[in-house]
Amino acid sequence: MTTTTVKTAFLKGLADGAPFILVIIPFASLFGLIATEAGLSVLESLVFSLVVIAGAAQFTALQLLQEEAPTVIVLTSALAVNLRMAMYSASLTPYIGSAPLWQRAFAAYLTVDQSYVVAISEFEKNPQMTVPQRVAYFFGAVTPVAPLWYIFTVVGALVGTQVPDSWALDFAIPITFLAMIAPMFRTLPHVLAAFVAVVVSLLASGVPYSMGVIIGGLAGMLAGAALEKRLAQKGAGND
Amino acid sequence: MIDKTTLWIVIIGLGVGSFLLRFAFTGFVGDRQMPAWLLRHLRYTAVAVLPALVAPQVLWPSATGGEPDPARLAAAAAALAVGLITKNVLGAMMAGGVTLYGMLYLLG
Repeated sequence: MTTTTVKTAFLKGLADGAPFILVIIPFASLFGLIATEAGLSVLESLVFSLVVIAGAAQFTALQLLQEEAPTVIVLTSALAVNLRMAMYSASLTPYIGSAPLWQRAFAAYLTVDQSYVVAISEFEKNPQMTVPQRVAYFFGAVTPVAPLWYIFTVVGALVGTQVPDSWALDFAIPITFLAMIAPMFRTLPHVLAAFVAVVVSLLASGVPYSMGVIIGGLAGMLAGAALEKRLAQKGAGND
Repeated sequence: MIDKTTLWIVIIGLGVGSFLLRFAFTGFVGDRQMPAWLLRHLRYTAVAVLPALVAPQVLWPSATGGEPDPARLAAAAAALAVGLITKNVLGAMMAGGVTLYGMLYLLG
């Protein structure tokens, strides 16, 4: 029964994305709070989150808007922060590229760090998943994330209570991403890719527009792919 | 005060731009076969981009003004180690969280 397995996949995605609830609530609230402090209305804050749905890029844009940077600079910087989404899109394409266009459009809108990392690790682990199952899983994984992003933007904008720095909420995102990535280090090329990405990203951290992340990411991908090819050739040579 | 026209240009521009970045491949490439060399590189997207994103936040957290922080370093190490050993995402998150708050309490 396809419908059953699709439903199961959605529910599994939902369960796997659920831990992010703990991360999204404080960060969405924080965005709502900062947005209203910057002079945005509650409605404007909500529309910002609805239309853009990308935490880091929204914070970047808001900060530059407050500094009265030229509009072109605001857009360029915030889009540069989001450039990794194109890399996520490319990485997801082999898995969901044959889904109907409207589903791909929704999936594109909902491609964020959290949904991407949950989905891609599942797709890699279970290559036998059908395309409808993958799409259902993806939408399941983003269900605990996107609605809460909108809702708590509004809550933050309305309530506006300052979250104390001592809560160290800034670190919820690094911890959740590290926890998600760690089980993905299955082969030596994966480990090398991450290592090179980290080193290059740190070296390039001074590059403007958050491009250090992209440069580091590309360097890691090149390193992982190069080692994979080398190992495959060596393996073939030994046969 | 943020100019309202500028704000709406940014919101709409950022919305359209972000969607296009996310739609670039899933939407426009779709089910067309991508070359093997490209797929080989894309296999490493997650394990390269996310660590590249996280590394500066771990080493130079903005919350401490960019100064390396023992509590955050230990929390990152704990999340990574538990994730590597147990392959359990929730366990790794909790290890990171407990370490962070434990260290902040001890050092604070």
